[in-house]
Amino acid sequence: MKRAGFRTISLPMLLLLPQLVIIGIFFYWPAGWAIQSSFYLQDPFGFGSTYVGAENYTRLAGSSEYRKVAWFTLIYTALVTFLSLGIALLLAVKADKVIRGAKTYRTLLMWVYAVAPPVAGFLGLMFFDQNVGPITEFLAGLGWDFKLGVNSFDTATAMVMVAVWKQIPVNFIFFLSGLQSIPRSVREAAMIDNKSGTQRFWDITFPLLAPTAFFLLIINITYALFDTFGVVDTLIKGEPGNNPITLVYMVFRDGFRGGDLGGSSAQSVVLMVLVLILTIFQFRLLERRIHYT
Amino acid sequence: MATVSVTNISKTYPNGAQAVHPASFSIADGELIVLVGPSGCGKSTLLRMVAGLEDITEGELRIGDRVVNEVEPAERDIAMVFQNYALYPHMTVAKNMAYGLKNRGTSKGDIDAKVREAAEMLDLNAYLDRRPSQLSGGQRQRVAMGRAIVRDPALFLFDEPLSNLDAKLRNQMRIEIRALQRRLGTTAMYVTHDQVEAMTMADRIFVLNAGRIEQIGTPSEIYRKPASTFVASFMGAPPMNLLTATTDGSGNAQVGDLSIPVAAGSHAGAVHLGIRPEEVTVTAGGGVPFQLGLIEELGASRLLHGKIAGQDFTVNAPNDDAGLADTLSLDLPTSSLHLFDGATGQRL
Repeated sequence: MKRAGFRTISLPMLLLLPQLVIIGIFFYWPAGWAIQSSFYLQDPFGFGSTYVGAENYTRLAGSSEYRKVAWFTLIYTALVTFLSLGIALLLAVKADKVIRGAKTYRTLLMWVYAVAPPVAGFLGLMFFDQNVGPITEFLAGLGWDFKLGVNSFDTATAMVMVAVWKQIPVNFIFFLSGLQSIPRSVREAAMIDNKSGTQRFWDITFPLLAPTAFFLLIINITYALFDTFGVVDTLIKGEPGNNPITLVYMVFRDGFRGGDLGGSSAQSVVLMVLVLILTIFQFRLLERRIHYT
Repeated sequence: MATVSVTNISKTYPNGAQAVHPASFSIADGELIVLVGPSGCGKSTLLRMVAGLEDITEGELRIGDRVVNEVEPAERDIAMVFQNYALYPHMTVAKNMAYGLKNRGTSKGDIDAKVREAAEMLDLNAYLDRRPSQLSGGQRQRVAMGRAIVRDPALFLFDEPLSNLDAKLRNQMRIEIRALQRRLGTTAMYVTHDQVEAMTMADRIFVLNAGRIEQIGTPSEIYRKPASTFVASFMGAPPMNLLTATTDGSGNAQVGDLSIPVAAGSHAGAVHLGIRPEEVTVTAGGGVPFQLGLIEELGASRLLHGKIAGQDFTVNAPNDDAGLADTLSLDLPTSSLHLFDGATGQRL
């Protein structure tokens, strides 16, 4: 196929300019700043900075607290991703079978999607409230003395639950449309070949959902790592104290609360590298994404 | 290998629409029956009820000696070939064929042997490790056939298996399916909207219309003695000519101003007078006058479209390259005329 081309470089550059300016101002510039300041020790009051080389990084590597937060973030991300994908898949499979009132049912399930993360966190606060929270009461009934913001395990549990709850609708929508794009006749052929519904799901339906699941896996990891900031912030009421926090929250805490811009920059650079790896991984996957047609 | 017997089977959807009106029939062991009819006539629904993919509202379905109304599709001992093949896209050809066997606890050695045998039969040996997406339409069709064959079921169900193929491949596959079914001796139900497929493949044809079976018969019976005007006009290409007429019961039918002799003493009143285009001959004179309109060349013969007494009429005439006048004289042999009731369309 013949491709149309520009004769000069100026017009395409001009057309690209708005995009380049936006990326430049909002991404490369701050990223460059972060990398630069990660090699400096900043005066907390902004009076100046001293070049300290890789000290911020070595300090990070040696910090037991950083390792603890990184470890928690890993577990948190794994749990949120696994649970939100698992529950959404279960709901999608069930919703796919609903014939009567299917639309209402699906709309109700998708509603949560419209809730912003901090609002979700706030709703979580109310649900897990020490005195009036229905979930706290329910757990108390089971003999679990739930103490949000006091017991770090309880706080972590609430964080996972709220983050999962918030993410389920997105996954649900994708899984449901993935399920509905599987030809009916393929499922019927499977019904004739295999009498067990569970086996049919794992042998036929799930492999055909795999492209959707791969995509969602990446999206969910990114979500759990970064977008749950609002949830974390609201649930611990801005008082990290002994509460579990994620890496992104630690960047915020050390930089903006602690005034350690250099150390916090070093942390963001580490996160940036992490995102980069994740993005490369995602593109590789998307490129090789299996198309069955 | 089994017989199928159906007693008063019917399908009514929850919204009250009746897709299949109560029908009873039986299919002999090794017989291939074709369900044919226009779209929406209920032929696919009937097939899917036999497969267990649609519930049977009322009636009884037996495959072999077993009543299978409430039996899961996988346990009815049937195999189905779908219109769009319905292959498992993530499995190789070999795995597609093996899947049904694997779930029935067949040993690995047996599965391999059966898959290889079926692949041999269908000329698929070179493709066993390919995915369906790497195959042509005809090859996918063969894989779908293979998947049915390896199971060695009591009953084959075909749901318009050839309609996604091009005309040439369709003719070839039609013959192959028929030959294969004969060779295996497996009872089969075959759904199509293509009357040529029905005529060429069937031991018996079931003609369906609006959820009812209009006629059951061998291809020759259907062609020679259509039970109604619907069957007469649906089966055969071009369809049977139908003229609105009045009979006087004494061997005379009045079509407009024309009088056409028919078998005497049968019926008096409004009728449809039917005759196949290929049984009409053009005569030198003295026959029924025919106003010629359009001529369709078919090569060996040609179709003359025109009017008799203002009503549409088609003649299948030998192609002798002779020029034709605007008005021709036709001979409508009395023995080739079919009479149908003017109101109900039923054969008289």
